[in-house]
Amino acid sequence: MSQEMIIIGLAGIFASAAPLIFAVVGETISERAGVINLSINGTILLSAMGGFAVAYTTNNIVLGFLAGMLIGALVSLIVAFSSITLHQSQVAVGFVLALTCRDLSYFLGNPYMGVPGPRLQAVPIPYLSELPILGQLFFRHDVITYLSFVTIIFAWIWIFRTRAGLMLQGIGEKPAAAYIRGANVNLMRYVYTIIGGALIGLAGPAFSLAIRAGWMGTISGLDGFGWIALAITIFGGWNPLRGAFGAYLFAFLQWLGLVLQPVLTQVPSQVLQVAPFPLMILTLLLVNIGNAEWVERTLAAMPESVRKVLAKLLRAMRTNPPAALGVPFERD
Amino acid sequence: MLKSRFGGVIFQLIALVLAFGFVSLILISVDASPTQAFKNMFTGSFGSMRKFAEVLVAFVPLLLVTAGLLVTFSSGLWNIGVEGQVVLGAIGTTWVFRYFLDSDLPPALIITLAILGGMLMGALWAAIAGLLKVFGGVNEIFGGLGLNFVATALTIYLIFGPWKRPGVASMSGTVPFPAEFSLPLVENLRISPWALGIALIGIIIIYFLLQGTYFGLRLKAVGKNFRAAYLLGIPTWQYSMYAFLICGALAGAAGAMQVAAVYNRLIPAISSGYGYLGLMVAMLINYRAIWAVPVALFFAALNIGSIQLPILMKLDSSLSGILQGALVLFVLLAEGMRQKLARRV
Repeated sequence: MSQEMIIIGLAGIFASAAPLIFAVVGETISERAGVINLSINGTILLSAMGGFAVAYTTNNIVLGFLAGMLIGALVSLIVAFSSITLHQSQVAVGFVLALTCRDLSYFLGNPYMGVPGPRLQAVPIPYLSELPILGQLFFRHDVITYLSFVTIIFAWIWIFRTRAGLMLQGIGEKPAAAYIRGANVNLMRYVYTIIGGALIGLAGPAFSLAIRAGWMGTISGLDGFGWIALAITIFGGWNPLRGAFGAYLFAFLQWLGLVLQPVLTQVPSQVLQVAPFPLMILTLLLVNIGNAEWVERTLAAMPESVRKVLAKLLRAMRTNPPAALGVPFERD
Repeated sequence: MLKSRFGGVIFQLIALVLAFGFVSLILISVDASPTQAFKNMFTGSFGSMRKFAEVLVAFVPLLLVTAGLLVTFSSGLWNIGVEGQVVLGAIGTTWVFRYFLDSDLPPALIITLAILGGMLMGALWAAIAGLLKVFGGVNEIFGGLGLNFVATALTIYLIFGPWKRPGVASMSGTVPFPAEFSLPLVENLRISPWALGIALIGIIIIYFLLQGTYFGLRLKAVGKNFRAAYLLGIPTWQYSMYAFLICGALAGAAGAMQVAAVYNRLIPAISSGYGYLGLMVAMLINYRAIWAVPVALFFAALNIGSIQLPILMKLDSSLSGILQGALVLFVLLAEGMRQKLARRV
């Protein structure tokens, strides 16, 4: 494989990971505030369909993206209302929404199946796109890919470098303490869940209006991406930078599967497509196993030198969820 | 009134009306008549003996999956991996059938072994999710989901690889098994009374396991408060594993029925989404076994009835999924409302 092909492939990874980036960052923000939005797989499908349908009927691509965000915000509003206000299980409501939104997208998207529609065009950034290698990798994409870069950086700064971000971490870690310090915990949780939902809703049109233009229903290959995004959120330790790394890694593995296809001819293509899933389980195992009780016991029984190295390694891989994730807050 | 059983019924009725109202709005938005759609779904599932038999064909795996999920839910586990456990059950059954393809053993024995093989494979697949949860700290939702995708890929690999039809492999599945490998069907209908019997026995066993045994009591204690159960001396992680194994075995039985009583071969979409649908049923009945039979039957009827929609009204058959989802969603929301109002009173 030539150097040129590798660079094109890598540039393609940055573009094709954009939807995952939006979904992972959106979920990260929501979960940082203490709310698991499990509906994400259905939300992405519904916003992909809705975004395409709106862009197609109005012939306005921007309206399509806005429609996707609106759909994501509305679905996350249901999650927020049922969990924050009604104290119902976030997992149950999110899971039902995941299935229902998927079916809604197939039902309402029926007339748009396979219809050619508008598609976002690449906008090379002047001067920067002329840079050797870097220009090709980062600066010859469409607007939505640039937006995915901005989203990662902005979300990271917001969460870890601003006062508001500190409060956001507080309402997910110790809502009672944040409340005493004057935060309106439940209102902030609503706001962040809806912002997160809107970002997740952006993932849909990023597929249907940019990467794979059009709505293909059940054969679009979109089903499953939401679940991947949820796992990447955990892998990323609720940090947008590490989450983005996970999303790029996933896109890379998918690309690798495609590239290896001609070499591994006896393996059906559907099998290679799921290769990232066992890897996902493996990475979740690696980032979680440090929390298991038996690991601690085994470590304690080991000689000092080995123990130190292993414990350090486990701590480096390990991620811990926000302490109040999924726990409703009630002031009293 | 809000705290009484009667109050609960009122709220559930409101949820039912809202769910049907919501789906009606969806139908109106695509210029379809809701009454026509609901009527077509009803006649599509109960219109004739043949159609009702189809409903029962869908009811069997759905009931088995629901029965299994009642056990994992009781122990506080979200076994989303149940879908993959159904698939592995089908693979296990196909495997045993293939092994005995040329044997002289009586078919009844082979079928029994094949079903047991399916249950074993389902239980093993569930055990992987269980081990990941108990010893690896991997949340069962994600472990299970990943395993679902792997299970589907495994099916396709087998159909296109080692178990492919001589000549061309295709999405239509493996070579059908000889007729004597099929559970006997009712004359002229596709439903097997044996499969129906197995499903009903499954839910009855689970009902008594959860209601009337010490095991069920301890299982629920683990589900209600893991830490307290542990401090009381209940071997908590063992109980989590038992729950996974029992659920996996029942899901495996559902997959076995799909092979031994419905398709007589392994096909790519062998689970037909009954695992996920079972999760919805279990949620809707609020994890009470006694309601499993009527609700699973209703959901099966919606699935079968909606098959008519593309033919008669040019609507996508996913309408049944929307109605099922709306029902569960509105029941959850109504229950939340009732609890909130009851707290305030």
